[in-house]
Amino acid sequence: MALIRRAGRSLSMLKRSSLFHGKQKKQRQQPIVSPSLPNLTPHLPSSLIRLQINTTYSAIPRGISSCSFRSSYIPNRLLTSEAQPKLPDEGIDDTQFLDFPGVKNTAFTCDLKFVSEKSEEVPCYRVLSELGEPVDGAKLPQMADALALRIYENMITLQVMDYLFYEAQRQGRFSFYMTCSGEEAAIVASAAALSNEDVIFAQYREQGALMWRGFDLQEFAHQCYSNSADYGKGRQMPIHYGSKKHNFVTISSPIATQLSHAVGAAYSLKMDRKDACAVTYFGDGATSEGDFHAAMNFAAVMEAPVLFICRNNGWAISTPITDQYRSDGVATKSRAYGMRSICVDGNDALAVYSAVKSARSMAISESRPILIEVLTYRVSHHSTSDDSTKYRSGEELSHWKVMRDPVVRFRRWLEGNGWWNRQKDTELQSHSRKKIIAAMMNAESMKKPPLSDLFTDVYDSIPTNLKEQESYVREAVAKNPNLYPSDVPL
Amino acid sequence: MQVTKGLLQKFGPDRVLDTPITEAGFTGLGVGAAFYGLKPVVEFMTFNFAMQAIDHIINSAAKTYYMSGGQISVPIVFRGPNGAAAGVAAQHSQCFAAWYGSCPGLKVISPYSSEDYRGLLKAAIRDPDPVVFLENELMYGETFPVSDEVLDSNFTLPIGKAKIEREGKDVTITAFSKMVGYALKAADELAKDGISAEVINLRSIRPLDRATINASVRKTYRLVTVEEGWPQHGVGAEISASVVEESFEYLDAPIDRITGADVPMPYAANLERLALPQVEDIVRAAKRACYRQVPQSAAA
Repeated sequence: MALIRRAGRSLSMLKRSSLFHGKQKKQRQQPIVSPSLPNLTPHLPSSLIRLQINTTYSAIPRGISSCSFRSSYIPNRLLTSEAQPKLPDEGIDDTQFLDFPGVKNTAFTCDLKFVSEKSEEVPCYRVLSELGEPVDGAKLPQMADALALRIYENMITLQVMDYLFYEAQRQGRFSFYMTCSGEEAAIVASAAALSNEDVIFAQYREQGALMWRGFDLQEFAHQCYSNSADYGKGRQMPIHYGSKKHNFVTISSPIATQLSHAVGAAYSLKMDRKDACAVTYFGDGATSEGDFHAAMNFAAVMEAPVLFICRNNGWAISTPITDQYRSDGVATKSRAYGMRSICVDGNDALAVYSAVKSARSMAISESRPILIEVLTYRVSHHSTSDDSTKYRSGEELSHWKVMRDPVVRFRRWLEGNGWWNRQKDTELQSHSRKKIIAAMMNAESMKKPPLSDLFTDVYDSIPTNLKEQESYVREAVAKNPNLYPSDVPL
Repeated sequence: MQVTKGLLQKFGPDRVLDTPITEAGFTGLGVGAAFYGLKPVVEFMTFNFAMQAIDHIINSAAKTYYMSGGQISVPIVFRGPNGAAAGVAAQHSQCFAAWYGSCPGLKVISPYSSEDYRGLLKAAIRDPDPVVFLENELMYGETFPVSDEVLDSNFTLPIGKAKIEREGKDVTITAFSKMVGYALKAADELAKDGISAEVINLRSIRPLDRATINASVRKTYRLVTVEEGWPQHGVGAEISASVVEESFEYLDAPIDRITGADVPMPYAANLERLALPQVEDIVRAAKRACYRQVPQSAAA
């Protein structure tokens, strides 16, 4: 605390002298909150210094002194609880001095000029070419063959699972499915860059991340078939997976609500001083939701260690990107919130891995949110309830499907390194297929969730009205056993 | 409203947060923290503004324990003033007891006295389920005598139990929040006319203490429900249905619901008074239930 008090006194002296410089100074007055002020407390983040400059120090409440400064988010209201020193009667004779509270780093202008609607270009980071070769000048991330192969195997297994589950839905085996065709690299490579302690808040197309964490094919099948082994106890539609032990929060249908949840969890991780962050996935369409704005703003204000990973795949069901927003991409939006961002080629697994790994480390060590836009293309229909041939051209679809497959691109890089070959590929595809079909057959043969699971988990302990309702139902079942389905246990 | 005065100094800025004005944002944030394992208490300036966050209250908080198969619990409390204040008009005066009370997964509490607020808020925070805690702005200024037991730092009240504020034998009056005070005043008035009213302070909208209400009706044979909110699908409607289902043979008179007028709350003081239940309305309804002659409608 002593260090801050010293800084405070010298800063308030600075403040008085520059404010009351008066008539002598002709050139533009430096605003008090100039970034060129010496960093008198270098171990503290700039946000705190900014607050210090505006206050006197006698009034720091005792509560503050016991707070650890690793939490740099200290609300201004604490430090400004004392009245500001009164200005002298001389007044300020400097028309260039801008000290409105709303803005920090700016100056007056007498040019009637509007800020353009076009943002500064945000470059898109990639390290592998479309043919899977390192781009000239690219510095590839460190990735051992074991990790690279694991990423590739996950992507292939994911593709095969998506294909077979989609077909299963078409055959009426379960009611709904969503594939992630075209986005495998974006999802799996980003998950690979995280640690298992990072909490994932996904949207609905990120089964690849859950698979990376270790959720196995049988568990996926159980959820889709909604049987008695489903961790969700048969309460959710297919693809609404969740697994606490894998740190993957249950999928929730309303779009973008998971963004503010992630910020809350990130803040909690920060409070607990954990070496982990929250990660939230969402699509381009979700950036239009109010929750996107709220979460981005909160994350920045609260300095929460959260990664916002936006799969910008060009389509929100049938809404093309041109009808979604007028900004140029999603990464550019973060600047408005005072947040760092990056735009990445989402079909380049190496680039995605590298960007997410770097962002994660920044988010945790600097307690800041980062927006990562992964550019990709949604080869799949939005879901099994959608027929995208109705709103997009076959040429566009087949171009991306055939020429821009992210899994093939990564495979080419593996093959270039001598880590993979055609034969292994065929074996992997066939092996995955067998496993998935076996998992499906097993899931299909299992019983449905029991009646007893209808009334549990509404509350922590089952209330009397639900116990009553359950007993009515059981009475009715006992009286009319022939009307009760035989594959549903009690 | 100065409800959280002193908390910042006591617990520090990590735990007591001022947030940007984004109800959807800070409610979602609180829910996310609850998913992670913290016990957040989210304050709304009034529950009217909670409508901007209602998706998070219902879809993210209330339903998640069930939808996740019991994997993710949401030990969160949403609190703030509910219902009519004084001269704040339509967008600041709605009562949300019935809306939240219909949602499985939520617990909904509406306290009346200091003892209620203290015991029920602590119980709500300790409860592992999401709780909507509906306070009343006009009650913030009222004082009540409390026993030493209430002042104990571990004092809690059970959620889901109503309190019989005043015992009686002729008619049962149910109420919650500010209307409990009105019902007690009405009971005093009725006593002058020889009618002994039993006043039940519901305390808990969900779970509703049907057992206490029905036991009381089986004793008095008459019921008047009182609430500030709108009549259709209100708390009184649910209580009526419950009593008709369980104690039909005991009723000697139709159940009377005293509610707020079926209009958005007007601002002018005289109109506001007409739009809300007054003690006279409760007295008249109780007398009707007891077959006494009463004037048809309120005087302005």
